[in-house]
Amino acid sequence: MTTRIDTRFAALKKEGRAALVTFITAGDPDYKTSLKIISGLPKAGADVIEFGMPFTDPMADGPAIQAGGLRALKAGATMKKTLALLKDFRKGDDTTPVVLMGYYNPIYVYGVEKFLKDAKAAGADGLIVVDLPPEEDDELCIPAMKAGLNFIRLTTPTTDDARAPAVFTNTSGFVYYVSVLGITGTKAPDLKSVKANVRRLKKHTRLPICVGFGVKTAEQAKAIAADADGVVVGSALVSAVADNLTRTGKPGPGTVDAVHKLVKKIAKGVRS
Amino acid sequence: MTQAPTPNSFRTGPDEKGLFGIYGGRFVAETLMPLILELEQAYRDAKADPSFQTELNSFLTHFVGRPSPLYYAERLTQHLGGAKIYFKREDLNHTGAHKINNVLGQIMLARRMGKKRIIAETGAGQHGVATATACARFGLKCVVYMGEVDIERQKPNVFRMKLLGAEVVPALSGSRTLKDALNEALRDWVANVEDTFYCIGTVAGPHPYPEMVRDFQCVIGEETRKQMLHQEGRLPDSLVAAIGGGSNAMGLFHPFLDDTSVEIHGVEAAGLGLKTKTKHAASITGGKPGVLHGNRTYLLMDDDGQIIEGHSISAGLDYPGIGPEHAWLNDIGRVKYVSATDKEALEAFQLCSALEGIIPALEPSHAIAHAMKIAPKLPKDHLMVINMSGRGDKDIFTVADILGVKL
Repeated sequence: MTTRIDTRFAALKKEGRAALVTFITAGDPDYKTSLKIISGLPKAGADVIEFGMPFTDPMADGPAIQAGGLRALKAGATMKKTLALLKDFRKGDDTTPVVLMGYYNPIYVYGVEKFLKDAKAAGADGLIVVDLPPEEDDELCIPAMKAGLNFIRLTTPTTDDARAPAVFTNTSGFVYYVSVLGITGTKAPDLKSVKANVRRLKKHTRLPICVGFGVKTAEQAKAIAADADGVVVGSALVSAVADNLTRTGKPGPGTVDAVHKLVKKIAKGVRS
Repeated sequence: MTQAPTPNSFRTGPDEKGLFGIYGGRFVAETLMPLILELEQAYRDAKADPSFQTELNSFLTHFVGRPSPLYYAERLTQHLGGAKIYFKREDLNHTGAHKINNVLGQIMLARRMGKKRIIAETGAGQHGVATATACARFGLKCVVYMGEVDIERQKPNVFRMKLLGAEVVPALSGSRTLKDALNEALRDWVANVEDTFYCIGTVAGPHPYPEMVRDFQCVIGEETRKQMLHQEGRLPDSLVAAIGGGSNAMGLFHPFLDDTSVEIHGVEAAGLGLKTKTKHAASITGGKPGVLHGNRTYLLMDDDGQIIEGHSISAGLDYPGIGPEHAWLNDIGRVKYVSATDKEALEAFQLCSALEGIIPALEPSHAIAHAMKIAPKLPKDHLMVINMSGRGDKDIFTVADILGVKL
């Protein structure tokens, strides 16, 4: 089955450029503002959108995305609302691939079969679930692929050549290379090591490799795009939301624009 | 749910995927996966190496002070008028609780693996103090994550850890308590995979931790078995232990799981009452299965799968989950999980102090509270063991505060 992700990466390959993958926490700072932010991402230059599914205990995320999740939850975010947000987004955009990214517990509690059915119906193309390594593939990965959703795997600097085959079995869409040892949005990636690792992993997979964790600037994006098939930006965008709220934590007039402006800047880097 | 058939033995878990029934597993980020596999291998090697056990036993004897006594609580027995009650005196261990049994095992494993930096999470501070103690003894760098709220509640233990040379890092995320300290420790581990060993304090987390911590704590139950046979000439009739994550309970229970004549009671913290929904820490009696901190188990959460922090008078029981093996033992019915409220624990705390001359920690006070409910109805020849998992010195400030006494 071909998803919007496969179609998009094939098209970009023809164009000869890397993808810009943007992460936004669904429902941050509230449903309405989040819909505006997400709806404007493709025009600002996003090729793929990751919807962060809020969770109270995001063990692989740094302070920025932790705070984004808690803002969304405080504003009433639930799994149901995240899927409704995706449905609303799809009313205006049927081509941009959407990946739902988060942790397993809210999915498990929602019910795996029901989640896959509802996510697919809402217009999702893929899933990234941080706390489901290949050892737990029976939980969600295999059912997701059967349901026609890509199951995108995180690979890390600790994914050595011995481990790589396990990680690249039962995966599709693209590969998310975590460029640093650590959590999202803290350390800056070491560009030399990213280059070497992307080349190394390419020997194990024909899937596009996107690089994320710690990418904040157009310059970094440009450098990474030279070797990788895509660049993921997340914490920087979630921080842009946080930095442009009013003093009482409410969305202000500039909240949506600030995110789009940053996406445009980074998109320029990816495309140059 | 269909009832699983009764297994031939209750002591064979987990399976090779780290599962106890449907519970347990390895729900961690990919960065940690190679480390967890390496840890499992290193643990298997150590377990098979007699010199590892010999060295560990030597430290348990001379550094911890094991075996801990199995003590006949004569006046409590007379007061309750039923079952003959024994205390397994883990409160007499060095550092004042059962935590050190597990810590020593893990730290010696870390040394074997060549790890130089130890991280740990702590709630009340007991596991943090035990880890800092073992690190001081072996000259290892120690970083303890502790919720900002708990640092405020448990100042003496924070100071102890610092005296022992540990760095105490406040967990500022989420609810700023034990679950967040665990999140922060996992985040640290992901960032420092090369030189760091994560010393988990309870029978939870990704496989092999629940199994490994259980094995290190089983010394409690193994000694109890020998001591009871020596003192009474037979096995006990019942065991009672308090449960937060469940390591003291698992250590006492596991060696007796296949002795079906032994009734086993795990006591969770009911806080202000199970009816309050959010003001208790009883994951089994008041929660449902979910996935957190590397394992599937019973958790306190809302209908959307968001974790609720839980409440208990005892900071050591104040965790929204429980070890996966307990979750399994509950479902198959081998262990009976019950609960005791803050108020009941407080009464037990005072009664035990006054009658036995032993100030118990608030954690085992929950176990005593349950014994107070069931012991009077039992015959006088019923042998009951309560795990006195820690001493109450750390809790006198909390208790004084609740009783309205200014120190």
